[in-house]
Amino acid sequence: MPENASALHLLLTSDPALREIVWLSLFVSLSATLFAALIGVPAGALIALTRFRGREPLIVLLNALMGLPPVVAGLVVFLALSRSGPLGSWGLLFTPQAMIIAQTVLVAPIIAALTRQTIEDLWMEYRDELTAMNVAPVRRAITLIADAQFSLVTALLAGFGRATAEVGAIIIVGGNIDGFTRTMTTAIALETSKGELPLAIGLGIVLMLVVFAINALAWGARRAGERLAG
Amino acid sequence: MRTAHALAAAVILFAAATAGAPPDRSIVLASTTSTQDSGLFDYLLPIVKQHTGITVRVVAQGTGQALETARRGDCDVVLVHARSEELKFVAEGGSLRRYPVMDNDFVLIGQKSDPAAIGGMNDAARAFRSIRDKKVLFISRGDRSGTNLAELSLWKAAGIDIAKDKGAWYESIGQGMGAALNMASARGAYVLSDRATWANFRNKADLRILVEGDKRMFNQYGVMLVNPVKHPNVKKALGQAFIEFLISPEGQQAIANYRIDGRQVFYPDANAPGA
Repeated sequence: MPENASALHLLLTSDPALREIVWLSLFVSLSATLFAALIGVPAGALIALTRFRGREPLIVLLNALMGLPPVVAGLVVFLALSRSGPLGSWGLLFTPQAMIIAQTVLVAPIIAALTRQTIEDLWMEYRDELTAMNVAPVRRAITLIADAQFSLVTALLAGFGRATAEVGAIIIVGGNIDGFTRTMTTAIALETSKGELPLAIGLGIVLMLVVFAINALAWGARRAGERLAG
Repeated sequence: MRTAHALAAAVILFAAATAGAPPDRSIVLASTTSTQDSGLFDYLLPIVKQHTGITVRVVAQGTGQALETARRGDCDVVLVHARSEELKFVAEGGSLRRYPVMDNDFVLIGQKSDPAAIGGMNDAARAFRSIRDKKVLFISRGDRSGTNLAELSLWKAAGIDIAKDKGAWYESIGQGMGAALNMASARGAYVLSDRATWANFRNKADLRILVEGDKRMFNQYGVMLVNPVKHPNVKKALGQAFIEFLISPEGQQAIANYRIDGRQVFYPDANAPGA
């Protein structure tokens, strides 16, 4: 299928427009994953290690939000950032920043829910020791997060995977603007609508290769880290 | 500690991304899928940039959605193709003035085999009646786009109340022109398209133009600056400069020069009376 390789060919020959699209996709999804991790990991650990009223419904809600449809996340962020919305004065609609915000909303619950489960399982294992050592809750959380760091990488990758795969949220808040907010997935949607199916499938292959490469890197880093940790 | 570092890094990253290029000479244009899918903007916007220095960021939506984007103040300029909706938009104060820009026409597309036997007709209303009578699959955009509104008025011209008369043969898909053409191609259906998107569509398979040339299939595009009094964030000077270029002799000539497979698909008409 030589036709299907056209996007690959563009990438290999360093077509600047395509490189920009790949770069923006990675920039948006990696930024969103980073922000979501900064929110989700501490939140998940906190929920795992504390007991408060409404904790169980909160866990159910968090788990349910893992299935938040991207188009709903996109619509909510759109309504907030629209000039007629509460945050309209920021002027962020149809920018890469709006896309990062939307994907953060989408990914944070995934990372929080998976972190909560991981940390809670670990807590069951170490509860007696940590209780006996009389460690304060915040120190407990830090100790357990440090201990679970390799498992948490999987939570981050799940969040990153969700971000790179979705098109529903970013096409609403980004607007798929050529050379500004066009990513791999929105470009695929556009080329499909133009009937340029070979180019669309080629872009799909490029996207999957990029995601595979990121995952391979993460796996390599995890292996190296484990070896160092002995 | 590490978290603090990561947080600081993230904030810097976000700030850097937000800062953007210093003097911002860009506007946001809400426009229709037809102007994007036809390739017109890929050709025209670099010319606009060269003449005016303005970077035009296009959000391609259906006409109904593009006007909604304008109503919310989320774009500076709106370029669409549904004259009555545009006049309504001006009347309600969404814009101070509508400028006609260009036109082309709609074409009725279907399979080579043509089960409703409409090929070669130049009366769109008769063709629509034949499709309804033979109950052959028809794909409707169903998204309040300019093309969708034109289709609805053609059903009306055919004396058919489509809201009441539609059956399983009439599918409203709520998607853009390209998606509708892909579906018609995959399922052997009839579909109404603007000529430019059709000309630039690359998955034609057995589809072809069956009906064209009816005066009622005329397709007029208009451009409007979003009312800066209602929405102070609108980039008034840049938006107006963009419009002035489109309707200037150079802009009109540039539109006329656009070709798909050697054929002109947009006809400038900024100075045509009543456009």
